[in-house]
Amino acid sequence: MAFVLQKSDAWLLFLAGCIILLALVANGYPVIHKMDHQRHILNSRRLVGRLGLTDLCLFTEARYTRHRSQTDLHAPFQDHPLSLPHFPSESHVCPPVHLKTVSRHEVDSTAKILP
Amino acid sequence: MKWIQRQKYFLDFTLSSLLRRKGKLLSLLAVYTLIVFLIGSVMLFAGAIRKTAVDVLTDGPEMTVQRIIAGRHDFIPLDYIESVQTIRGVRSVRPRLWGYHFHPTSGANYTLMAAPDFEYGPDQVIVGAGVMRSWSGIAKDRLYLVGFDGRAHLLKIIETLDSGIDMAAADLILMAESTFREITGVPEGYATDLAVEIRNPRECATIAEKVVRLFPETRPILKSEILRTYAAVFDWRSGYVVVLLAGSVLAFFIFAWDRAVGLSAEERREIGVLRAVGWGVSDILILKWWEGGVISLTAFFLGMIGAYLHVFWASAPLFAHALKGWAVLYPELHLFPNPDPYQIGALFFLTALPYGFVTLIPAWKAAVTDPVSVMR
Repeated sequence: MAFVLQKSDAWLLFLAGCIILLALVANGYPVIHKMDHQRHILNSRRLVGRLGLTDLCLFTEARYTRHRSQTDLHAPFQDHPLSLPHFPSESHVCPPVHLKTVSRHEVDSTAKILP
Repeated sequence: MKWIQRQKYFLDFTLSSLLRRKGKLLSLLAVYTLIVFLIGSVMLFAGAIRKTAVDVLTDGPEMTVQRIIAGRHDFIPLDYIESVQTIRGVRSVRPRLWGYHFHPTSGANYTLMAAPDFEYGPDQVIVGAGVMRSWSGIAKDRLYLVGFDGRAHLLKIIETLDSGIDMAAADLILMAESTFREITGVPEGYATDLAVEIRNPRECATIAEKVVRLFPETRPILKSEILRTYAAVFDWRSGYVVVLLAGSVLAFFIFAWDRAVGLSAEERREIGVLRAVGWGVSDILILKWWEGGVISLTAFFLGMIGAYLHVFWASAPLFAHALKGWAVLYPELHLFPNPDPYQIGALFFLTALPYGFVTLIPAWKAAVTDPVSVMR
């Protein structure tokens, strides 16, 4: 008796192929590039530790997007009037966390200073 | 076994029915796959950048102390180091000298920095790989910079940093302290900010308070805050992602709505015929459930495969314009997957399941109607 591949079998095989392919593309990259990635991360960490870097070099358009964590609330407005939505990368990231919690470091002035 | 065989018959029938409407099926699959691909790409891209930020910046200073004068960042006197050093819990304080240099010819911003233990001469520099790519008019291994006083500085490039660390250093130009001061005009006795190392990271907030008490015009920035800032990169609340997600979700809802409001005349007739030949309502629902399942599972897996290939194997070319913006200098991305089963599961439940369910409602409505009237 000849084996006839039914439509359901064909689709289930296709789905299994998709799952295997997804597993391959998802895990193949880490397996192939693991050593390179670890080397890059290690080198980056060394440089960050040596120089005391604070930010990723993701957006170099403006100083307040290049060093996102070091910026202040005024920075975006200082390039030119109405410059709030000036650079596209301003819309990708939220303002630095500490700008919203700046009062956290403001302390009771009557408290004793313990060096 | 009997149950499995029964489901396979349903699946066979569903696939035959879908293949009779090839055009509709293909367009449906294409839209659905594209939506999963877009949302999946954003999710994987943002996850990989967040993971890189945490991995790379974890060795950064526990606290950075800036001086703010009249609401603007100002240079900090080196005298402050001694006082901050005396605070209990502080391991070390070191000045950081850094600033920006806009190169008009290439139109790019670079970060100039004085390396603490710079082993080369005063007219020599180490540059990031991005500098070599973007600095137009770069003559062999020489950089030509105009200083703050208009004087020209010719610097020899001694070393180029590996492009693999572009995410941390693509735009860096490292030099000796004296060269930095000469080019930027930062006076002796001042630094851009202070990097503070703290013995116990849990004491950071207390030490930050003490720093502010000692020097009220300063602003301490904690590493934990920096990491949280980067955890929000490409957050769903940021503009780009909102636009992308809103577009995708809207498209998905239009598409699901189209399915939910009713079936085509051909589909209704098909249900009527099946009811007339003896199929029960539950059989029709199982059939339609399989139809939704076939389309949504196929689209989900194809979309996710595409998203992984796009983000990691092709370095996310569709997002390059978003990262670049107007910038000339753009880091080479070496993203590494940060698999988050929760996110992938959430994507599956948000895209695959709702579609499966919306196909059931109109099918049930058609199935409970009298077959003769449905066929008419």
